[in-house]
Amino acid sequence: MDFLNALVALLNFVVIPATAYGAQLALGALAATLVYGVLRFSNFALGDTMAFGAAVVILFTWWFQSMGISFGPLPTAILALPFGIAAMSAVALLTDRTVYRYYRRVKAKPVIVVIASMGVMFIMAGITRMIIGVQEIQFADGQKFLIDPTWFRTETGLNEGLALRMTQAITVVTAGLVVWALFWFLNRTRTGKSMRAYSDNEDLALLSGINPERVVAITWIIASGLAVIAGTLYGLDKSYKAFNYFALLLPIFAAAVVGGLGNPLGAIAGGFLIAYSEIGLTYAWKKVASYILPESLMPDGLMQLLSTEYKFSVSFAILIIVLLFKPTGIFKGKAV
Amino acid sequence: MTNSRNRTLILFALMGLLLLLEGTVHWQVHPLNADASGYTILSGSWNVVLEIVLMCLLSAIMALGVNLQWGYAGLFSTGIVGFVALGGLAGVLVSLPPVTAVWNAAGVGRLVVALLTGLGVVGLAVFAYGHLKGRARTWGVTAILVGGFFLYRAIFDPAVAYIEANDPAAAGNIGGLGLPALVAWPAGALMAAAAAWAIGKTALGLRSDYLAIATLGIGEIIVAVMKNEDWLDRGVKNATQIPRPWPVPTEVSLQESQRFLDFCANWGLNPVTASTIAVQLLYALLFTAVLLLILWACELALNSPWGRMMRAIRDNETASGAMGKDVTKRHLQVFILGAAICGLAGAMLVTRDGQLVPSSYTPLRFTFTIWLMVIVGGSGNNWGSVLGAFLIWYLWNKVFDWGSAAMWSATQYMDPASGLKSALTGSAEQMRTIVMGVILLVVLRFAPKGLLPEK
Amino acid sequence: MSKAPQATAEPLTHSDSHARPKGVSGKEPFLIGESMTGGYGAADILHGCTLAVEKGQIAVIVGPNGAGKSTAMKAVFGMLNLRGGRVHLDGEDISTLSPQERVRKGMGFVPQVNNVFTSMTVEENLEMGAFIRTDDFRDTMTQVYDLFPILKEKRRQPAGELSGGQRQQVAVGRALMTQPKVLMLDEPTAGVSPIVMDELFDRIIEVARTGISILMVEQNARQALEIADMGYVLVQGANRFTDTGAALMADPDVRRTFLGG
Repeated sequence: MDFLNALVALLNFVVIPATAYGAQLALGALAATLVYGVLRFSNFALGDTMAFGAAVVILFTWWFQSMGISFGPLPTAILALPFGIAAMSAVALLTDRTVYRYYRRVKAKPVIVVIASMGVMFIMAGITRMIIGVQEIQFADGQKFLIDPTWFRTETGLNEGLALRMTQAITVVTAGLVVWALFWFLNRTRTGKSMRAYSDNEDLALLSGINPERVVAITWIIASGLAVIAGTLYGLDKSYKAFNYFALLLPIFAAAVVGGLGNPLGAIAGGFLIAYSEIGLTYAWKKVASYILPESLMPDGLMQLLSTEYKFSVSFAILIIVLLFKPTGIFKGKAV
Repeated sequence: MTNSRNRTLILFALMGLLLLLEGTVHWQVHPLNADASGYTILSGSWNVVLEIVLMCLLSAIMALGVNLQWGYAGLFSTGIVGFVALGGLAGVLVSLPPVTAVWNAAGVGRLVVALLTGLGVVGLAVFAYGHLKGRARTWGVTAILVGGFFLYRAIFDPAVAYIEANDPAAAGNIGGLGLPALVAWPAGALMAAAAAWAIGKTALGLRSDYLAIATLGIGEIIVAVMKNEDWLDRGVKNATQIPRPWPVPTEVSLQESQRFLDFCANWGLNPVTASTIAVQLLYALLFTAVLLLILWACELALNSPWGRMMRAIRDNETASGAMGKDVTKRHLQVFILGAAICGLAGAMLVTRDGQLVPSSYTPLRFTFTIWLMVIVGGSGNNWGSVLGAFLIWYLWNKVFDWGSAAMWSATQYMDPASGLKSALTGSAEQMRTIVMGVILLVVLRFAPKGLLPEK
Repeated sequence: MSKAPQATAEPLTHSDSHARPKGVSGKEPFLIGESMTGGYGAADILHGCTLAVEKGQIAVIVGPNGAGKSTAMKAVFGMLNLRGGRVHLDGEDISTLSPQERVRKGMGFVPQVNNVFTSMTVEENLEMGAFIRTDDFRDTMTQVYDLFPILKEKRRQPAGELSGGQRQQVAVGRALMTQPKVLMLDEPTAGVSPIVMDELFDRIIEVARTGISILMVEQNARQALEIADMGYVLVQGANRFTDTGAALMADPDVRRTFLGG
């Protein structure tokens, strides 16, 4: 029984990837839940907003790189993030002005606004792929590993080398900072509280003199910022491919619903729950098991509960179960 | 009444004109760059027109299915791609010949036992859920599901390994029942209906945008299963050689038929092109027959008491529920019927293509494009859905060509080596997506009832 | 239209629904919604209804179900378009102002339902109540806490977790944060137990004592009229009886029809 090796393998293949992925999902789910709480519709264009935002960040990164600017051991993309956020906020406000504001004014049914967001999704997807192409892009530079597996193996003498990529560490740190800032904004500033109030009880908020258009504008800015950061971190960590972002819609919405719609804390919890479930259920546990179980008890197969092809089915299954048994989510949010 | 009928006739006539132009007029633009062969605005080829029309017909059928769910009952489902894919799967499972090597106890036998076990486990879990209470229920159901899952896998995995190990290059699957392709069409409808029943029973109680997300997920799962389970349909290796539906012959058999060759000689036609067009015409007639049948049935349903009740429920669910209408049951009916129609179209598509390509079932291509057709055509109006299907599919094809031509014309003064130029000219696909999005937004905002509004 | 005699706060005769109530000095009342006619859509709900309250007074609106009591008060607040009549506050004509603008002029409104932010703490609810204020409102919050001690105790709890009566106190406190001159309450004791109702009425009297006028729609007519300086009995959107609370309670017609004898 080799607990240390088992632990390192567990960290390498389950805990670290799931935490990084969970952080990315959490940011996306926060964007979805804020938009749902204030604007009261599920934004199908969120995935492609993330793709678009990340594409803008990549363009700025390339520009910085061509000018010789870098960020030391950290990826240059981090420097480009603020520019991406600014650009996408502008896009979001423009989209709101040209598309969504009309439906708010006529108090259209939520499903109509969802269909409109599908149209926005088409347009964003097309523009993104036009400006950045459809191929896979690697744009992470700087130091690759924060903890290098070879170094680890040499230092500890263990069989398994703990690998912590710089991008994974950055994901967790960035997500942590962003979440902290967001919660500070929502709970300690007047504007943030007015957003929560508007999300909680629209009529009473209007009665209190809260300006709805201002709340909407701030929500779009924050949500696009979150989407850009999530999209960039996801692209840094794995690689950027415009087509992949549509598929993230399902786990992100699942995370938001599971955590309770409109509830930011729930979105974060939901993100990690989905991430750990997806990775845990599709991981081949044989390697970890081989360090713990004696030879004689080892099963034949890979000990993989589900094929990795079915990753998204996991989040879907969790979504359905929550919707059927606890529609308001784990933390209480708006009922479905 | 006559006003709307006139409108319908005029719009369909216009659509016919567009297709006629496509078949008769040849219009090419030649940009400055002498190397390029030019970009086609209109092809002047009947072959092209028939290709477009065939897909228009199939899309029209799918649109009718979606219109049933949305226009009649107000159900916003984004899982259409799943039902169409299931129809395609039916084509494989019904009309491919069985891979006899694995139809034995170790292969298909064990597989059937595994699937039955799986169903049994689910059934037992449902039973336990209904008959236990409190903590016993939570632990009991969980134990049944977890234990049952491992039991299922213990039987399932070896069966699958056996089947997939059998001649993976050419087979690796179980094959099908070897029945005529036409049988696959209703089979596809039935498979989609069965799936819709299961999905509807669980998901239809959800609010509209939640139903959308849930059905999006289901569509993705169905396609993921088809891509991954090689034993079922060869996964991404694609199942080929699906036979043609009666009475469509192969082009080769036509070219070998003396009667056909004489016919071509009489009319001065090239046998090769004539055989292609003849096959397509036959398909078109077959598909049109099915479309007309479904259209007739849908129109009948729309104007029946059932149809009126559906729309009453759609317009005011709470009031209808209070009046004693079983809203959930009605929604389930409509959901199943709409899915069945999409499954039928999926089977038709696959028997025409002759192969099942699971990776071609993307939400963009099947779910969102069909939605666009229904909304542009006029939701709630069956003729509208058909018109919308024809128009949008036509545009889907032509915008690609026109967009490429436009880009070339716009960039022809640019430096040929410029990266921007190549990015723009290669982006016809993206332009198409953007145009579709713009059409959706414009129609939704300024003409929400569509081209042919609901009566 | 006969006018009531001047000099003293004379009670009106019963059927004199069009007369303008006059205050002590003969001036116009502090808040008056006069001859209000209108509704939410095409049909009128109010027909020439008049409501008024003096500074520091409690005016109560009672009547049968569907009489248009809440509608009348909402009309004073500007939540529906009036086809006829006007609303004056402290001598100023506010008939064309939106509800938010009337809040700025010194009106406070407590809706009957959904009147707190359930996911926010009691203190945050009060903060939101003071949203339009640009100055330091901590003194006002202290005053509200003095008035409603239970709120101070539970100030960090989400309002949704409080009992019905406590939630009503949060709702009233929220409205008081703008330091209104007039507080309008729509059925504040709906759905609470009699003990809680008594306590709520006690608090309302205390609020009035600080100089804030109270205009209140109430279903519990008898208890409400007991604390009322002026009572308005509305029937089908028009004034039926208008008098002091005590006078209305003593009137046999009113008692028989609305107070159950």
